[in-house]
Amino acid sequence: MPLLAAEQVSFPVLPALIVVPLLTVVALLFVPRHRADYLKAVALLGTTITGAISVQMLASFDVDDPGFQFVSRATWVEDLGISFFLGVDGISLFLVVLSGILYPIAILATEPHHDAKPYYAWLVLLQAGSMGVFMALDLLLFFLFFEVVLVPMYFLIGGWGHGNRVYASMKFFIYTMAASALMLVGILAVVFLTAAETGVTTFDVTQLAGASALSDTAAMLVFLSFALAFSVKVPLFPLHTWLPDAHTEAPTAGSIILAGVMLKLGTYGFIRFGLYLFPEAAWNVRWLFITLGVIGIVYGAVVATMQTDLKRLVAYSSVAHLGFIVLGTFAFNPQGIEGGILVMVNHGISTGALFILVGWIYERRHTRQISELSGMQKAAPVMAGAFTFVMLSSIGLPGLNGFVGEFLVLLGAFNANRYAAVIATTGVILAALYLLWAYQRTFHGTPTETDLEMKDMTMAEGLSLLPLLGLIVFLGVYPKPMIERIEPAVEALVAHVDAHVADFADTEPEAPAERTDAGTLTDALHEAEEKKEGK
Amino acid sequence: MFAQAATSPEVVWSLLWPLLFLSIGGVLLVTVTSVIPALRRPGMPAALTILIGGASFVSTIPVWRRVADTEGPTTVVAGAMSVDAFTVVMTAIIAASVVLTALVLDDYLRREGLDGPEWYVLLLMSASGGVLMAAADDLIVLFMGLEILSIAVYVLAALHLRRTDSQEAGFKYFVLGAFSSALFLYGIALVYGATGSTQIDQIAANLRLPNEAGLTPIEDASLLLAGVALLLVGFAFKVSAVPFHVWTPDVYQGAPTPITGFMASAVKVAGFAGLARVFVISFSEFGSGDLIQDDWRPILAILAGLSLVLGAFMAAGQSDVKRMLAYSSIVHAGFLLIGVHAAGHGDAGVADAGGRALVFYLITYAAMVVGSFAVATVVAGRGDADHGVDAYRGLFRKHPALALMMAVLLFSQAGIPFTSGFMAKFRVLGAAVDGEAYVLAGVAMLAAVVAALLYLRIIVAMFLDDADDEGGDEQVAGSVRKIDVPVGAAISIVLAVIVTIGLGVLPDLGRGVVAAAADVLVNR
Repeated sequence: MPLLAAEQVSFPVLPALIVVPLLTVVALLFVPRHRADYLKAVALLGTTITGAISVQMLASFDVDDPGFQFVSRATWVEDLGISFFLGVDGISLFLVVLSGILYPIAILATEPHHDAKPYYAWLVLLQAGSMGVFMALDLLLFFLFFEVVLVPMYFLIGGWGHGNRVYASMKFFIYTMAASALMLVGILAVVFLTAAETGVTTFDVTQLAGASALSDTAAMLVFLSFALAFSVKVPLFPLHTWLPDAHTEAPTAGSIILAGVMLKLGTYGFIRFGLYLFPEAAWNVRWLFITLGVIGIVYGAVVATMQTDLKRLVAYSSVAHLGFIVLGTFAFNPQGIEGGILVMVNHGISTGALFILVGWIYERRHTRQISELSGMQKAAPVMAGAFTFVMLSSIGLPGLNGFVGEFLVLLGAFNANRYAAVIATTGVILAALYLLWAYQRTFHGTPTETDLEMKDMTMAEGLSLLPLLGLIVFLGVYPKPMIERIEPAVEALVAHVDAHVADFADTEPEAPAERTDAGTLTDALHEAEEKKEGK
Repeated sequence: MFAQAATSPEVVWSLLWPLLFLSIGGVLLVTVTSVIPALRRPGMPAALTILIGGASFVSTIPVWRRVADTEGPTTVVAGAMSVDAFTVVMTAIIAASVVLTALVLDDYLRREGLDGPEWYVLLLMSASGGVLMAAADDLIVLFMGLEILSIAVYVLAALHLRRTDSQEAGFKYFVLGAFSSALFLYGIALVYGATGSTQIDQIAANLRLPNEAGLTPIEDASLLLAGVALLLVGFAFKVSAVPFHVWTPDVYQGAPTPITGFMASAVKVAGFAGLARVFVISFSEFGSGDLIQDDWRPILAILAGLSLVLGAFMAAGQSDVKRMLAYSSIVHAGFLLIGVHAAGHGDAGVADAGGRALVFYLITYAAMVVGSFAVATVVAGRGDADHGVDAYRGLFRKHPALALMMAVLLFSQAGIPFTSGFMAKFRVLGAAVDGEAYVLAGVAMLAAVVAALLYLRIIVAMFLDDADDEGGDEQVAGSVRKIDVPVGAAISIVLAVIVTIGLGVLPDLGRGVVAAAADVLVNR
């Protein structure tokens, strides 16, 4: 297995990322249910330790190694070749770290208001699940985590959500479970068809990708069964209808995690399992996903513009952002995929912060209707400032984090299909339209009396938002450390695709692999234009 | 020759202890409780039953050592019964269900004012029938086991004297059960006519080598196929596979709830044990090289598909939890049939995977279904009538632990990861996909999603439907009826949950046991 790092770290970092939250859940069970403050402290402590471990892992991540690091594996089901196989590479690294830091922030920034004990237990359990899903390198283990995260989220939406919460949670659960049902059959098919060729039954992704023993038709069918599950999770355009309901009815912490972490399961799945296991099939249907991604960008933006509910607006903006990720992924070049990964992380940060802010507005005003809010800037100038900041990052203002990812995606998409890139660019313009317009209607204008009575952000709230604001600036100004960690793994993936797709090199004559450094972005754009003129 | 035939066959009693404990225990229980009134006091018959069931369970261990480790599989009582790893595992499941059911039954009877040792006697008798059925190496013995099992359960279903529902259930079960028994018996006759034997191994041997041992080759297979079809119908009734399921919802709903749990676990396990043994071992191949599986496996696939789809869709429309669980047991029957379907595959690897999936599924299924019905028994309260989904409303506030355990059992039945239910479904699907039954696997997964709706509805009622969600803990907790969980039921539920989570997180526990049991079926 050349893809595995030879070095075995002494401290089992990755299992710890799952075990610490689980232990925290156990600890929570022993805290009296009426002491919401203790419960919050324990939950915060557990998730913060997990976050700290993930950051420590980020610090000791080997920048130049394109393979899986911190690998940890143990046999789980012997006769079927299933193992507890965890590893992190540049593709999953930042998603793990994002899961590590979003949970403590979500816990710090929000209050459950009732039944604190089960609330924190589900939330921390969800952290264990989302860690597992990004680290699993065994197909079945991935599926297990992919499915099991539904349960805590289901309870969080149903138990602590707003309005039509039971309906929303049920729809969320059944919709996503139905979509991934066929993926299990697909997983079994790829494992047993490979076993028929190689004689080894294994669920190890690295071995399955190396074997690639499936016929074209089988690979296509299995890829589509995976793609259906991921498309619903993303969600891609016609399959997105669960998202506005789930996001809007979920409690604030649920929305943060849903947008920040859980939507990424789909896009991550496409990169890690779609492209890696079925390069040829994914390549052959890339037009479908580029089209759906572009539709998602425009459709999400247009529908977001029409929303009257602030939270629903943010929810639809996710459809647009996730469209960018899919577009970048199926551009099949390093810039596109790297951009997609960057958008995943940046969207988690920006949209998480937006949901926190919308949640605070709702707590103060008990409404999220844009028409019932106006001139809040007068009463809450600090909050207005924070909102502006986060909003601009979400729009993709250069210098803030949102820009880098979207720019790389558009660059990659331009190389793959310039029309798709042109249409997708309108998504950026529309994002400015719906967010600025919403901001204008709610924070500007003449405040009513209730608007004027609104409390500004407290110090504690400000502090809980500060890490996200810091990341927004840092990743916007200096994305290089992030990109150089992502790049080797993405290039290895593109090389893997290149090696397995017959007509790949012809259609991508000069995939500029070195152009993704932030400093050379303009060069890359320049070169792309030259290429256009040359044709 | 005559003198030899007249002597009774030598019996290796030591291998029969698990069965003898149950059957002799049942007879002794009815005798001593009628002679010694002190033993009729509430609690005593239950304690004795738990002791007997426990003894039967424990006695499977030395038998396991002998048949699986040292001596290998063997037959006893002149080839009437086979004692092998498969038998022992099925016996252990049935004995464990007896213990778990008796634990729940004790408090149930006191609550309903229905004391009497006859419940326990019938429980033990039906369990001994189930064990006989799982161990039978002869179709006639199998039929005896089936009848002992069934007749005792007919009576048990009707034994709640104050509820007409219960008597209706017993009667319905009896009429349809007797009908299916008749078909089954006719099937045995036809198979005997076609193959010249009722012994399971011998049928297989006769089919394989028709010209040896002076037997006429089977030229016209229609007699055999008619017999196989009738046997399949008989088994399908017992395991409630669609379209032979119509009795199930009514009987499950009407029968006393702990008994429903027993029917769903032990009776179904016995049914599947018999089905697997007869079909996988006997009807394997013709001498000409044709596979007889090619005739019955498609029928099994259709039965499985229908059970999955209809069971799931019917379940979603129910409002009574016992009826829901009845339909869910039909869905589970569909999954188990896929296991048998795979175990009958011509390829040894697929067959092995199917056998393992079947055995693993039966173990996990018995645990979760006994636990689920134990919770239903507790929640229904006095009268055993309050089984609507509404009865579960707000259970999490009334009794958080009970609600959580029920949630685990229901999520397991729905096939959520890290529960035994997922691993069981996964193994079954794995075997199906390995055998290239992709359509069946796809149907099964989609049915599982539809069925998830039904478990979610109960979970919604338990956790999410409160009278007032913003009211705070104290206010709501004060306004509801308190639920007391009797010790016996609590032990039963906790054990079920431990098995469910244990085999979900560590599915390789007992791997050797499952593999050895499956080996008996597929590698004869």
